[in-house]
Amino acid sequence: MRTYITKRLLLVVPTLLGVAALVFFIMRVIPGDVTLLILGGDQAGRIDPAQITAMRHQLGLDQPLLVQFGSWLWGVLRFDFGTSLWTGQPVIEELLIRLPLSLELALLASLVSVVIAVPLGMLAAVRQDTWVDYVVRVVSIGGLAIPSFWIGILCILLLVIYFGWGPPLEFTPPWVDPWANFQQMVWPVVTVGYRYAAVTTRMTRSSVLEVLREDYIRTAWAKGLHERAVVIRHALKNSMLPVITLIGTEFAFLIGGLVVTETVFTLNGVGRFVVDAVAHRDYPVVQALVFLIAFGFVVINLLVDLTYAWFDPRIRYR
Amino acid sequence: MAANIELTQPAPAAELAPRLSALEEIAGFVRKKPLGAAGALIILAMLCAALFAAPLAPYDPYRADYDAQFVRPSAEHWFGTDEFGRDVLSRILYGAQIALFVGFTASLAGCTIGGLIGAVSAFAGGTTDLLVERVMDVLLAFPQLILALAVASILGPAVQNVVIAVTIPIIPRAARVVRATALAVKENVYVEAVSALGATRRRVVLRHVLPNVVAPYIIMVTAQLAGAILAEAALSYLGLGAAEPTPSWGLMLSGSASAYAEKAPWIGLFPGIAISLAVFGFNLFGDSLRDALDPKLRGR
Repeated sequence: MRTYITKRLLLVVPTLLGVAALVFFIMRVIPGDVTLLILGGDQAGRIDPAQITAMRHQLGLDQPLLVQFGSWLWGVLRFDFGTSLWTGQPVIEELLIRLPLSLELALLASLVSVVIAVPLGMLAAVRQDTWVDYVVRVVSIGGLAIPSFWIGILCILLLVIYFGWGPPLEFTPPWVDPWANFQQMVWPVVTVGYRYAAVTTRMTRSSVLEVLREDYIRTAWAKGLHERAVVIRHALKNSMLPVITLIGTEFAFLIGGLVVTETVFTLNGVGRFVVDAVAHRDYPVVQALVFLIAFGFVVINLLVDLTYAWFDPRIRYR
Repeated sequence: MAANIELTQPAPAAELAPRLSALEEIAGFVRKKPLGAAGALIILAMLCAALFAAPLAPYDPYRADYDAQFVRPSAEHWFGTDEFGRDVLSRILYGAQIALFVGFTASLAGCTIGGLIGAVSAFAGGTTDLLVERVMDVLLAFPQLILALAVASILGPAVQNVVIAVTIPIIPRAARVVRATALAVKENVYVEAVSALGATRRRVVLRHVLPNVVAPYIIMVTAQLAGAILAEAALSYLGLGAAEPTPSWGLMLSGSASAYAEKAPWIGLFPGIAISLAVFGFNLFGDSLRDALDPKLRGR
């Protein structure tokens, strides 16, 4: 196990460095000079050249690219991601304001969908090719096909038409007013969670189906065990492994879901922050967020791989 | 040389499986995979909508008509009109062109570029393989939509930029799949056998490895198609894809759909149905195609 952990950890380092380099250099090729964007120019669009030089110097843009990359990386190590060009606030502060909302949304959506998806997927597998299976499959394929922003729009259409609902102006954290918080979060959670549940259901179904064909399941049946014992004790336990990996891949879906769902419901979270930053060409923010999201994705996949290896000895001896 | 010629003689096909005509094969597919056939039907309808958008569309999808803003779905405007008085049905028909164009180009380009990278990496082995794998790791470290967003933010909103933004995240995923497949095929006994008989490297790759990678490639392209259509819709919805007044389904849902929810809910309804139906169709078809082409799943 220790060799495996060391090997995986060593692989993560070049990946993260590569991620940092890619994010940094992508943002440097943005067409148009950032200084021009900040200064904006006067009515006629004229900008004093001296001002440009001063601004470039202030932002450190007159230094060699590698030096700039080095100082950015040094900042990242100290959680210093520079300041937003749009608001002038430190990026990390802006991020911390928005983090609780997105974390709550992500956690609730994952929780709700796993609670719904695992039993449903199992049921569909055990009753394969019956109407239960067909209903579960169609609903879950639907979850993959319907874009989450459209589910969000449908929720809004219903809420507006039937309840005269308007989007909340400010996020109420659950520790301030749990009920108000619940009212704000329930529809976004449904929006993000449906897609998540769809993917997990399909995964659970095919995983259980595969395990049900194994020899030891036949043995369990043959020795006269109850259906419940066979399915829960023997099949479910062994089929949960691929579902664990799914949590890693799901993170990507979740981030995508947050980005569009927070935009639909005008929630001021991290996902909407990304979209706004891209729209405003606020490159320090885009740079920081894209890097942090990739960083989180890499760490989660690492943890998933390690858990998998922990549960399945075949992996670590490969 | 003579040995090579003998090698290429086809195995007696009749003993393995009776040759079917294209029609019979299609009939077999419909019978065995009704869901897949339904998917194919949806795709066909979408292709027709895209190809014949001009004769089918009752109105010009770009022309604003301020006398006909927010018209309810009626005999003149089946799906109603939007805030500029543009006919929603016509815009959806033309939108099929954009969805299919972005879907096909992005998934074909992504799978081909990624596939080539994966194949080269698998056959080169050694340091090249290691380096290519690390680069792919870096690209895979970004969630698909985030990478597409970053690329779109650099290129700016336009349809051809969406294609690039959607293509790039597909490349590392395709490279992974093809590399794994190529590695497995490379280890097969028959590849060793033809190599031992003196077939050139080129011959081995073109005549023996390539045919065995075609099925996974087709499966991959169809699987990515649905994702690419969704990604285009999401980018356009976020205002980073196609720019107004392009009739992109995602763009039709952005802004006005929620803003006029009370006044004109149909603006937010029909384009969403179009996206969902298209992705649904490609998913169904792709799933069944995978089952039909993958020998491991055949007969299940």
